[in-house]
Amino acid sequence: MNPAWQRKDLLSLRELGVEELRQVLNTAKVFKEILGRPIKKVPSLQGRTVVNLFVEPSTRTKISFELAAVRLSADVVSLDKDSSSIRKGESLKDTAKNLEALQAGIIVIRHRSAGAAQFLAERLQASVINAGDGAHEHPTQGLLDVFTIQERLGKIEGVRVLIVGDIIHSRVARSNLWALLKLGAKVKLVGPSTLLPREFSELGAEVTYDLDAELEQADVINLLRIQHERQVQARLPSVGEYSGFFGLNLERFKRCKPAVLLMHPGPVHRGVEIASELADGAQSVILDQVTNGLAVRMAVLYLVSGGRGLGEA
Amino acid sequence: MKEILLQGARVIDPGSGRDQKQDILIRDGKIASGKASADALVVKVDGCVVTPGLIDPHVHLREPGQSAKETIATGTAAAVAGGFTSVIAMPNTSPTADGPNTIAWIRQRARETGVANVFTTGAISVGQKGEALAPFGALKQAGVVGLTDDGHCIQSAELMRRALEYARMFDLPVLDHCEDSSLSAGGVMNEGKWSRILGLPGWPGIAEEVIVARNALLAELTGARVLCQHISSAASVRILREARARGVPIEGEASPHHMTLTDDRIEGYNTDFKMNPPLRTRSDVEAILQGVADGTLRFLATDHAPHCSYEKEVEFDQAPFGVVGLETALGIYLTELVHSGLVPLGEVVAKMTSVPSNYFRLERGTLETGAVADVTVIDLERKWTVKKSEFKSKSHNTPFEGRELRGRAVFTIVGGIVRHDLDGRAGAP
Repeated sequence: MNPAWQRKDLLSLRELGVEELRQVLNTAKVFKEILGRPIKKVPSLQGRTVVNLFVEPSTRTKISFELAAVRLSADVVSLDKDSSSIRKGESLKDTAKNLEALQAGIIVIRHRSAGAAQFLAERLQASVINAGDGAHEHPTQGLLDVFTIQERLGKIEGVRVLIVGDIIHSRVARSNLWALLKLGAKVKLVGPSTLLPREFSELGAEVTYDLDAELEQADVINLLRIQHERQVQARLPSVGEYSGFFGLNLERFKRCKPAVLLMHPGPVHRGVEIASELADGAQSVILDQVTNGLAVRMAVLYLVSGGRGLGEA
Repeated sequence: MKEILLQGARVIDPGSGRDQKQDILIRDGKIASGKASADALVVKVDGCVVTPGLIDPHVHLREPGQSAKETIATGTAAAVAGGFTSVIAMPNTSPTADGPNTIAWIRQRARETGVANVFTTGAISVGQKGEALAPFGALKQAGVVGLTDDGHCIQSAELMRRALEYARMFDLPVLDHCEDSSLSAGGVMNEGKWSRILGLPGWPGIAEEVIVARNALLAELTGARVLCQHISSAASVRILREARARGVPIEGEASPHHMTLTDDRIEGYNTDFKMNPPLRTRSDVEAILQGVADGTLRFLATDHAPHCSYEKEVEFDQAPFGVVGLETALGIYLTELVHSGLVPLGEVVAKMTSVPSNYFRLERGTLETGAVADVTVIDLERKWTVKKSEFKSKSHNTPFEGRELRGRAVFTIVGGIVRHDLDGRAGAP
């Protein structure tokens, strides 16, 4: 029997213990099996209300959370910045308090400010799930990434993972880093020095600026999106130069292990972070990540709403 | 006005070099000599230290224009509760104090509603926009004791040079908030390990240091007096130390929070730890303490910056910068500088009295006969716990809530009038 999940919220992977991480992964495995059945729906969250508060735009995460909640039979409402009073200057606190007054049991929040999910969690009875807060964390992305690695390689411990790209602005990098380190992977961060400050080495990962020197050792290469919408202008001369030094092209791929896993949190810029052929190739698990995201988010919704862990302990 | 006799005190008056047992007599708002009259108010202060009224050279009273945060009445009430009899008010009010009208308004308002002395500063640039010089001459005539765009740093080195040249003519010090905004742009906390963990944009020490270095060079060039406000980084302390060793007329402030707290305290995204410049690392804290101890940083300043709770209760990157300090500063200084053994008591008292008084020409900061009777009585050993619910300030944005401190002002006299009496020594009014 699994121990009961104790947390009201899921705010970051940095704060989770190894057992909690395993509990989510094991629970997700059960939900993935359910998603393979002809009838893909369970009644676990029947009568509960999930609100997706996406103050910052998102496509796949929002749809993934919506579908996950629907598969669990919850009532789901989604709103974004333009359809909420935030646009009229309402504070985050007031918006959330109003959602709670409407008896939302779980609030899934995507917000451009780091710490926004924690801010809500401290002020609400409702469960809060962080769907990405600024450059802080994106815990369900980190979970679906380790789930995918576990599924494909059968383990996390000892696996050599390269996380490549715009680390400084990436919440995906941070959530991956914490989950992978806790589960025993060996993590190297690779990217241009302007997007990968040295102090990341104080977080427990190795920091390096030479992708070519790392290719042969890597079991997993996770290629992060170069975020055009953030302030990268002063940090990169051009996308072309980035791609030349840090893009995974066919030449570089030849030097990788044959069984290497190629990951990308999306949306992919084909030809920038990864060659188009590789994104569609046999070693790419980019679409597995998306599918697994659904199972992982079902697991998280289920656990924060009081469900006991499922699957093997 | 009744005479007041402070009886049984240890008097520390750095201006006259005194540290001795002595009674202090106050008559007609001045320090007096001779015998107290029979009906004098006798206040027993055995076991306490009596100092000249403490001076805080860096506070935001928010009036005019932002009286939801603080007013001159509440800000000066907070000051006297913390042992301060004089504060120097920053000019980032609304409207900006960049001309004689606003200065005159503030001074009149302070006379009408203040319970401590309010000295004013004028802006360096019109509207604190960093573009055109404010009228220093008119500001001086209106009574300012210094010039500053605090909260904004003059980005143009050319404008700063002209400001220093012009200020020197009027013998006014220039107080600079040292921040190269191209290097700090968007930053809300110290750039380092913790900003990386928390995903918050960094405001690196280098953004302060390049301006401190610039100011040192410009102070040397122009001969003007420059005070670098709220120094936060170790390298800034080093630059100041080197410049001062060469005789450059440049000074630095140390704030209670920068000498005690580090950036890991932001882990919970608590906006009461958000101020500008931000909290940095242990090595920066140690450098600031060392700078205070060796005389590099001669000024102790709270940067008292009140904000309403609803303004602070927002996402971390959206919250305003600033913390209150007037009611906790003395306890922090005594605990962290004096009781720790780092700085002798007399030196800390000097940094809070004679040093700022002389620098800003305040004609305060001494207990010599005939001086204005601004007096602070301090119980060095009083242990207390910071409770923001007890603050006199309108705002409660302190990073020191719950902190145990040793040493507190128990009695404050401003111009011969008792303004703070923690233990009821003066009896019923």
